[in-house]
Amino acid sequence: MYESLFTFPGLFAEFDRLQRDAQQAFGALGLPSSIRAVAQGAFPAINIGGTPAAVEVYAFVPGLDSTKIDVTVDRSVLMISGQRSRSASEEDSKISVYASERFAGEFRRAISLPDDVDPARVTARYRDGLLHVTIGRRESAQPKRIQIN
Amino acid sequence: MNDKQQVSRSGQAQAAPALIPRVDVIEDDTGITIFADLPGVPKDRLALRVEGETLQIEGDIASEMPEGMEAVYAEVQVPRYRRAFTLSRELDTAKIDAGLKDGVLTLRIPKTEHAQPRRIEVRSG
Repeated sequence: MYESLFTFPGLFAEFDRLQRDAQQAFGALGLPSSIRAVAQGAFPAINIGGTPAAVEVYAFVPGLDSTKIDVTVDRSVLMISGQRSRSASEEDSKISVYASERFAGEFRRAISLPDDVDPARVTARYRDGLLHVTIGRRESAQPKRIQIN
Repeated sequence: MNDKQQVSRSGQAQAAPALIPRVDVIEDDTGITIFADLPGVPKDRLALRVEGETLQIEGDIASEMPEGMEAVYAEVQVPRYRRAFTLSRELDTAKIDAGLKDGVLTLRIPKTEHAQPRRIEVRSG
């Protein structure tokens, strides 16, 4: 039903490619890699689900203060943005950085929502690095049982 | 680091598939610090194991799913992270310090004392 609004073939392909790259870099899944191995990728990952009453968006944004994540809904576009700082300062000459795979810098992701969502009914929770945004659907769009007289 | 050891380990069948969490690995004079992104993993679902020279990080994603939710689009398709590292001998695995905050695991692995750089005093006279 909402597939046409939520399919991002480009992104899917991109994600698959990233996973393949990671697997190539570390051999088979689960194989111990050297503590000094390197890999690269994208941020944040997003999962979307739907119920008859709402659209559920999960964004995997670890290591942020909940006050530093911006969640906005403009018409039918949900925007998640923020900034993540680097874990170590590069100026420090006494350290060696072996892996810097974690995302650092500004990020922004836009998710187009189906037409039946109600921008006034959005809730967002942040827990353990997982941002969960619930966007309610309009009452009129929800399935209704029709009473037969 | 040690190819033979890694090959023999790969023979052991790993359980369920898992995502490879992104990490930063930083070394300073006194030890190595690992930052691992484990979004969605609460403290009680995280397991850290040291076996010989292998450190394994494993965590399950606990996300509240409303009843009857259908997945529409998923970039994270496996609710589990797993990654293993081979440690080197100068690291003191008995003194690993671990903290988990907002889905970021911080592991501090100190070097054994004799492996830390020392300044040698030069006596005069």
